[in-house]
Amino acid sequence: MTELTAAVGATRYAGSRVPRVEDARLLTGRGTFVDDVTRPGMLHACFVRSPFARARVRGVDASEALALPGVHAVFTAADLNDGVHEQWYTMMGRATPTTPLPPLAEGEVRFVGDPVALVVADSRYVAEDASELVDVDYEPLPPVVDYLGAEHAGELVHPDYPGNIVGAMETPVPAEVEEVFASAAHVVNETIHQQAYAAVPMETRGIVVERSGASGELTIWSATQAPHEVRAYCARLLGLPEHRIRVVMRDTGGAFGQKVMVSREEMCVMLAAMKVPAALKWIEDRRENLMAAGKARIECGDVRMAFDRDGAILAAQIDYLEDAGAYPIPWPVGSGMAAALLFPGPYRVPKAAFSAKFVFTNTAGRTAYRGPWQFESLAREVLLDIAARRIGIDAVELRRRNLLRSDELPYTNPNGMPYDNVTPLETFEHALAMLDYATFRREQAEARAGGRYVGVGTSTYIEPTTSGMGNFATEGATMRIEPSGKVNVYVAGGSSGNSIETTVVQLTADALGVDIDDVNTIQGDTAITPYGAGAAGSRSGGMTAGAVREASAVLRDKLIAIAAHRLEAAIEDIELAHSRASVRGTPSIGIGYGELAELAYFRPGELPPGVPAGLEVSARYAVEAATLWANATHVCTCEVDIATGQVTLLRYIVAEDCGPMINPNVVEGQIAGGTVQGIGGVLYEHLAYDVDGNPVATTFMDYLLPTAAEVPVIEYGHVETPSPGAGGYKGVGEGGAIGAPPAVVNAVADALAPLGVTITRLPLGPSEIVALVEKAAADGRPAER
Amino acid sequence: MGEVLVELTVNGQLREATVEPRLTLADFLRERCRLTGTHLGCEHGVCGACTVLVDGAAVRSCLVFAVQADGAEVTTIEGIGSPDGELSAIQSALRDCHGLQCGFCTPGFVVSVSAFLRDHPNPTDQEIREALSGNLCRCTGYQGIVKAVRQAADAGHRGEL
Repeated sequence: MTELTAAVGATRYAGSRVPRVEDARLLTGRGTFVDDVTRPGMLHACFVRSPFARARVRGVDASEALALPGVHAVFTAADLNDGVHEQWYTMMGRATPTTPLPPLAEGEVRFVGDPVALVVADSRYVAEDASELVDVDYEPLPPVVDYLGAEHAGELVHPDYPGNIVGAMETPVPAEVEEVFASAAHVVNETIHQQAYAAVPMETRGIVVERSGASGELTIWSATQAPHEVRAYCARLLGLPEHRIRVVMRDTGGAFGQKVMVSREEMCVMLAAMKVPAALKWIEDRRENLMAAGKARIECGDVRMAFDRDGAILAAQIDYLEDAGAYPIPWPVGSGMAAALLFPGPYRVPKAAFSAKFVFTNTAGRTAYRGPWQFESLAREVLLDIAARRIGIDAVELRRRNLLRSDELPYTNPNGMPYDNVTPLETFEHALAMLDYATFRREQAEARAGGRYVGVGTSTYIEPTTSGMGNFATEGATMRIEPSGKVNVYVAGGSSGNSIETTVVQLTADALGVDIDDVNTIQGDTAITPYGAGAAGSRSGGMTAGAVREASAVLRDKLIAIAAHRLEAAIEDIELAHSRASVRGTPSIGIGYGELAELAYFRPGELPPGVPAGLEVSARYAVEAATLWANATHVCTCEVDIATGQVTLLRYIVAEDCGPMINPNVVEGQIAGGTVQGIGGVLYEHLAYDVDGNPVATTFMDYLLPTAAEVPVIEYGHVETPSPGAGGYKGVGEGGAIGAPPAVVNAVADALAPLGVTITRLPLGPSEIVALVEKAAADGRPAER
Repeated sequence: MGEVLVELTVNGQLREATVEPRLTLADFLRERCRLTGTHLGCEHGVCGACTVLVDGAAVRSCLVFAVQADGAEVTTIEGIGSPDGELSAIQSALRDCHGLQCGFCTPGFVVSVSAFLRDHPNPTDQEIREALSGNLCRCTGYQGIVKAVRQAADAGHRGEL
């Protein structure tokens, strides 16, 4: 940094609860979501989807559908799939193995909801009518539904994948680790299961693709987290030059990972748009979203931990198995491996071993979802509570003895993960102090004496945010002081609920020393914003902060150079604040940004020598660290009605460390949203299939999202330890969804501990809880605590 | 399919159109009136994103056909707050309390809460949560929404549009 940029004034906006700039349009119904886009002569698409989990497609007869007035086309795999040039996601790279992703099903359908044909009509109503007239001749085949038996099912989901194995990493447990398990005072092992649940954004997927035949240009409006990735993928898919494609997203109605990669349906619309005379729109309905937009979380792990006599962890092992569904996006092995590598978590774990296996099934494909590796925390934290009961030590005390202390950092976990700038013990103690743990235990004893079942659960994790890998490693900003002195900032961004417009405006106002009302941001349009990898991997805040820092540094230097020349002052004496450059110590001598802009744009002859005209810069930030680690502790208390199986959450506390907060409202909003998704995943949500592979939760009557009536008040405790990234910021988008499930499970298990219940399987709906209580009673198992 | 003439007053403006009997009120508002603030999150009456006022009652416009609303007075999110951009009390409270993130569900919440506070001017916290349980939000965990309704109620707002 130069002397000049060291002259940055005090921050006015970063760190404060600045109201969001997105809100005015969204509160008044003036947002622009993809379904709000209409184009001249626009046509509407509707998919014909498989009703079978697995079947051979013997033929498709579209004649009746085509005869319906208003129908333009019915496309099948034979019409569209040949149009594919290249298929690979930027994040995974060209070289990473990819699983099959035919746009439309070819020859065989592989899950209920598999798209078989695409109907194009004048209106959505007519397209849906016509889709029911498309006659597909199916020959049902035996499906592979249960992932636990997929490897030895005999039937294959994809013929080229023997044993239905997508990928696996299996190495023998090192002898030294086996020795630890053989000789430890305590070894606790369980198999932990998590059910399928999903992102379920309130806005379903959707896309509008418009081809301009004459110019060869393609314009896409998309519900996406990553407009530049849509552009890159579309260019490869269709074999078009990237710069002739423009992708626009103003508002995306929630995404949580589901909208970060181009899906098969979106590929179909891109391909079909090349064959129809007008813009083509596809808006998914909720049934499709729950049936075919992908699932997450369904996985299990054989996990074990060894402890010494005092409860110190000696070794940890996980053998992980994941259901990838039929068409996972992206290749699931990468994020799944993280579940194994991070299993030791924020604890002092000397030795570890792991294996991981990923299998295809005839169900919806796995997609990215908020903390895709989250199983590591669920399995570890649930196992630790089980271990505490078996060893006969309080679960909090067990963790206290094993959590990493700040004086042990940096610390490389036994699987090679290099943690630093984290505070797991601090967040743990902070959260417990907020609860007043000792008092809760006293109240719990009284409640139990009165026949009530109340419990407390904790969970502590470390998560990688703001990855420095591949296309995630950089983020750009273009910053422009307009001729009037007002500021526009262009970043890839795009609002998908992460408040990134507000973040950028806050940071820019501070960096340039202008009032926040004088800054505007333009995002989500690939034609005018710098390349960016999108809102993924808890990267938007930290990476965009870096981009703003880099661009503003150049722009500040330029403002200062012009002002110093104009004011006949030394460069080092110029201060920037309140949209004005002034001389340090003599604030009356100064010049406003409007005047500086006028000089820069309209009177270039009066600029200092060597300073080019204009006040517009583009710069790009590269994060140096491989990842920025964040951490948190969740503490949850609950009461369980053992007759009905109903769980009522009483208190819910999150103490997190995401570095300095740019906007505490945004941080807390991200934590709350993720936490409630995690609560839903334990207590309510289940993307269930029957034994024949039929999805049985394809409406909001069956797939139960948490409502305001169920969720607790969330209390926040902030620990702020800077990261080595820009501004010291860390990511915070995913953590809530990682930390919540184990805290809730452990609270329920603690409540039911006097009955001898051990919980190793999700979800925990009322029927599951009643069954656990009844089974414990039938087993006559003595209470573990 | 035979089409039917309907006349609705939408946000104070008379709208006449010939529609298929199966056209939902939501699609009528979005496609015929180009009032796209009414959002469709499930099209089966659970999520509440499409909530509008029909003769003052909060209804899910995905479950009502336009022909059923013939002659009715409809208020959509675009009819709440002043035309110059000034927010209603409930909209302001949601903004103050970080009661929205992606904003897709927000119009439905604004309309539902407006009707709720009009009918329940002094709600308990429990009543607020029960009233909100007819609208789904996936971003906020409802924290800011519950707080906003409490704030608006405590400030004496009665669901003014």
